[in-house]
Amino acid sequence: MRYIPNSPEERAEMLHAVGLNSAEELFASIPADLLLREPLRTPAAISEMELLASSEAMAARNTAARRPSFLGAGAYSHYSPTIVDHLISRSEFFTAYTPYQPEISQGTLQAIFEFQTLVCQLTGMDVANASMYDGSTALAEAVLMAERITRRKKVITSSAVHPEYLEVVDTYVQHYGVDFHRVDTDAETGLISAEGLNSLDDQTAALVVQSPNFFGCIEDVRALAERAHAVGALLIVAVTESISFGLLRSPGACGADIVVAEGQSFGVPVSFGGPFVGLFATRDRFARQIPGRLVGEAVDKQGRRGFVLTLATREQHIRREKATSNICTNEGLIALAATIYLETMGRQGLQEVATQCAQKAAYCARRISELEGFSLPFSAPRFNEFVVRAPVGAKGLLSRLASEKEITGGLALSRYYTDRPNDFLVCVTETNSRQEIDALVEGLKELIA
Amino acid sequence: MANVPEDLHYSKDHEWIRVEGDIGTIGITDHAQHSLGDVVYVELPKTGETFAAHESFGSVESVKAVSEIFTPVGGSITEVNETLQDEPEKVNNDPYGEAWMIRIRMSNPGEVDSLLNAAEYEDFTKAEETE
Amino acid sequence: MSQSTNITKAAPHITQNESLIFERSQTGRKGYRLPPLDVDETPLDEIVPAALRRDDDLAGMPEVSEVDVVRHFTRISTWNYSIDLGMYPLGSCTMKYNSRLNEKVARIPGFANLHPLAPEEDAQGALQLIYELQESLSEITGLAGISLQPAAGAHGEMTGVMIIRAFIDARDGAGASAKRRTMLIPDSAHGTNPASANLSGFTVKTIRSTAEGFTDLDHLRELCAHGDVAGLMLTNPNTLGLFEKNIKEICRIVHEAGGLVYMDGANMNALVGVARPGDMGVDVIHLNLHKTFSTPHGGGGPGCGPCCCTKELEPFLPVPRVVKDGEAFRLDFDRPQSIGRVKAFHGNFGMMVRALAYIQTHGNDGLREATEAAVLNARYVAHGLTSDYDKPFAADPMHEVVFTDKRQSRKGVHTLDIAKRLIDYGFHPMTIYFPLIVQGAMLIEPTESVGRQELDQFIAAMRSIAREAVEDPETVLGAPHTTRIGRLDEAAAARKPVLRWKPKEAASAA
Repeated sequence: MRYIPNSPEERAEMLHAVGLNSAEELFASIPADLLLREPLRTPAAISEMELLASSEAMAARNTAARRPSFLGAGAYSHYSPTIVDHLISRSEFFTAYTPYQPEISQGTLQAIFEFQTLVCQLTGMDVANASMYDGSTALAEAVLMAERITRRKKVITSSAVHPEYLEVVDTYVQHYGVDFHRVDTDAETGLISAEGLNSLDDQTAALVVQSPNFFGCIEDVRALAERAHAVGALLIVAVTESISFGLLRSPGACGADIVVAEGQSFGVPVSFGGPFVGLFATRDRFARQIPGRLVGEAVDKQGRRGFVLTLATREQHIRREKATSNICTNEGLIALAATIYLETMGRQGLQEVATQCAQKAAYCARRISELEGFSLPFSAPRFNEFVVRAPVGAKGLLSRLASEKEITGGLALSRYYTDRPNDFLVCVTETNSRQEIDALVEGLKELIA
Repeated sequence: MANVPEDLHYSKDHEWIRVEGDIGTIGITDHAQHSLGDVVYVELPKTGETFAAHESFGSVESVKAVSEIFTPVGGSITEVNETLQDEPEKVNNDPYGEAWMIRIRMSNPGEVDSLLNAAEYEDFTKAEETE
Repeated sequence: MSQSTNITKAAPHITQNESLIFERSQTGRKGYRLPPLDVDETPLDEIVPAALRRDDDLAGMPEVSEVDVVRHFTRISTWNYSIDLGMYPLGSCTMKYNSRLNEKVARIPGFANLHPLAPEEDAQGALQLIYELQESLSEITGLAGISLQPAAGAHGEMTGVMIIRAFIDARDGAGASAKRRTMLIPDSAHGTNPASANLSGFTVKTIRSTAEGFTDLDHLRELCAHGDVAGLMLTNPNTLGLFEKNIKEICRIVHEAGGLVYMDGANMNALVGVARPGDMGVDVIHLNLHKTFSTPHGGGGPGCGPCCCTKELEPFLPVPRVVKDGEAFRLDFDRPQSIGRVKAFHGNFGMMVRALAYIQTHGNDGLREATEAAVLNARYVAHGLTSDYDKPFAADPMHEVVFTDKRQSRKGVHTLDIAKRLIDYGFHPMTIYFPLIVQGAMLIEPTESVGRQELDQFIAAMRSIAREAVEDPETVLGAPHTTRIGRLDEAAAARKPVLRWKPKEAASAA
């Protein structure tokens, strides 16, 4: 076996050195009736060439990966500068462990410190952790944190938060006594409804909104923060399309108390849904309630600056069942990718990408809305995603668009909302050329004609 | 060797109490701060909160450990040492002085009688160590 | 508050003094170029009103060139230890070699560029891959039900415990189930176990270990006698590196008391191809693909924590499941008893690609061979260090072995010092002060990825440190001496946490 350095001869010598005659004897402490008598029924070994060929063949069956795509809804296709993958592929980063030994982990620790800083700058918050699994689990952790801080059990959420995020929160809070309560979206604007906000009361731990929301509409976060704070509740803002931070006012500047986001947009491939990276940021006063790892500045005896995992007493390996979260392994390397992406794009680049996304989406939305039979049901301002109402069932229409026009035109909302059979969600990024957008518009037109 | 002042009462949870009238001043012992190591954070209750004897009223954290602190007597909190927020290292430097943690109006001052005196506490810590 | 004004340089060489990127930033530098906007421009105010737009111009974000970024990360990367540099003997972490081939496969565009919401018929390759990995992991664990959705070990663990809760709720009804809220966890367990149990609404009771390092059966029986036990969370081999030889009896006791057995699969590298949790009586287990199946740790993640369970528990697995329907693969959302979704989309798919590549390139015989080599390496280290270090448990270890600092601490040299001194010899330290029940624990797991010479070097280094502890303790106490920076003042860092960079003016004002 090529990954095991010791030859069979060396292994025989080592067995002899520890007083054994055979490899079987290594397992003498396992009761005999538990030992497998036959080989595992897993595949027989294949070579590098065979693996590459079979993997390529399997990947080729993912026909959607080859087509121009307007799918977003929580996973976004953005351009990733070549150096991102190059730098995260350095052995020193990707084959390192969690930086528990700071003297020989300063590369990872400094990168995380930069990541935490960037997340604070983007979200407008004071403190950010070293990452969560993804946006959905970060939101679940934010809800649990709000319960700990306020000691209140009711959490109100906009129903225009990503449906899968809401399902994840449902799972996390089901044994926690938290009433996770969805309120309606305004049919005209696409934003959280005024009636919904009236259910905020002095028992409410937090109000949860996503902005831009699942339908692409930008919520009035400042007004929502005021409404939440008026009853002593926290405002939790979730962001699935993190490129929007380059254009939209930060949730922190609008008064949010906890901001969670999916950081996949920052140079990370969509990779069928993972690994992604959850961003988690909050106010200084809640720093000791934050879940997950934190890196802080420190000095050694000679006064040299270094970085170290800190405030660890919040975590499971110390506080066990009273920890702020059970998380241990996070998304370190993906956080590094996001860090490299953000530093490469920099202050100007992120704003330019965000503006291009918004411009291209505006162009695409306008072109589609001009088509006979198509409309845009929501009036609120949007970033790079928008809902289109088709004159026919959206699922069938998109399926034909894929097979006949070789374009993935977006997400049929019937996947999540049975009452929206004709609606589909379109996402446009800087990677979608005008030619692709025009082809989408023409394709829709021809299929309906 | 840990310092154990004569004029205080001690609990088996390693807290001390100084009694003046019906007010008790409470902190953790020198022995406790030694075994914790560098204290980095102290979490304390708010004035006005009430606790029963031996109930946890807060916690002390070192870099890699958290210990709950228990009040040796019951009562309501009249004062909290806010300076420990910014200077938790006082717990290491002056556990019986500047690092007092709370003042409590004792609901039953008789509870003090069941606590250890300095000599008893010293014996207790020695016995714990040899365990 | 920042110490940035009074920093002394770590070392004279510029590659050792790379500053934070924010300190390197120069207004006007750029590291990217986008194509020009190719659509008709709309006035920005018509797209997003100014009141909803940023007005801070992202002040403080870095402005650097591509060369700056490459040098920055290349320089700081050299301050890391890594598997490719040498042995990483972290107990319970299974730091084995990360194959480059697996990295290459995960980056095939047909996988990397596949959107998670692509229609099932256009994502058949990805669904097939997930299905095939499910089949292999089911076979390896001897457990029929499986979900690859959890993102890491603790996440898989939470999933497993929630499945136990859902099963008992369904079996006993809400009223009776409410009386079963105790989760038994050995005192040697990982901290994630009690934290995950708490998330599922369980109260933790701790089971003692015996002086020999095994679960105390009498104590287990006693704790199981009250009718309130929902389950037991057990690591096997346990965190002392010992196979729980009474595992069948342990499972029987818990089952008879109406509970279920959850196994923490962190230590599966000792068992793959040799014995299967399903055959032992275990009901549910999580695996760490980033340990046993070689996906890279990445400096802290990502992981992937599949949850495997018995046929009986299968209805409770997270939704959706990947199933085979004739020749096609599809997502099955119709799972009314499911605990729900634990993560958006399908889990950390990129890690699944790598793990399946590991299984396929090893083959069934190679998987067993890796297990044998891992256990042999641990046994070899155990044998080599017994003369110099206290080995608290007599039983033969499996894939990891625990020693203590008992002999060295008489000279004032403790586990932390030994670990730091090991750095000077070119090794990453072992896991220290875990498990918590062993005073001054040093938990060593070499994995199969270390050759004999390097094991001999490691043993020689450890024995040399043991000698130093007697002859020259100051050298050990002051270690490491060869690194860019020395031991950091972690207490000061925790007292006045500085968790982000701030511009100088802002930092001094704070």
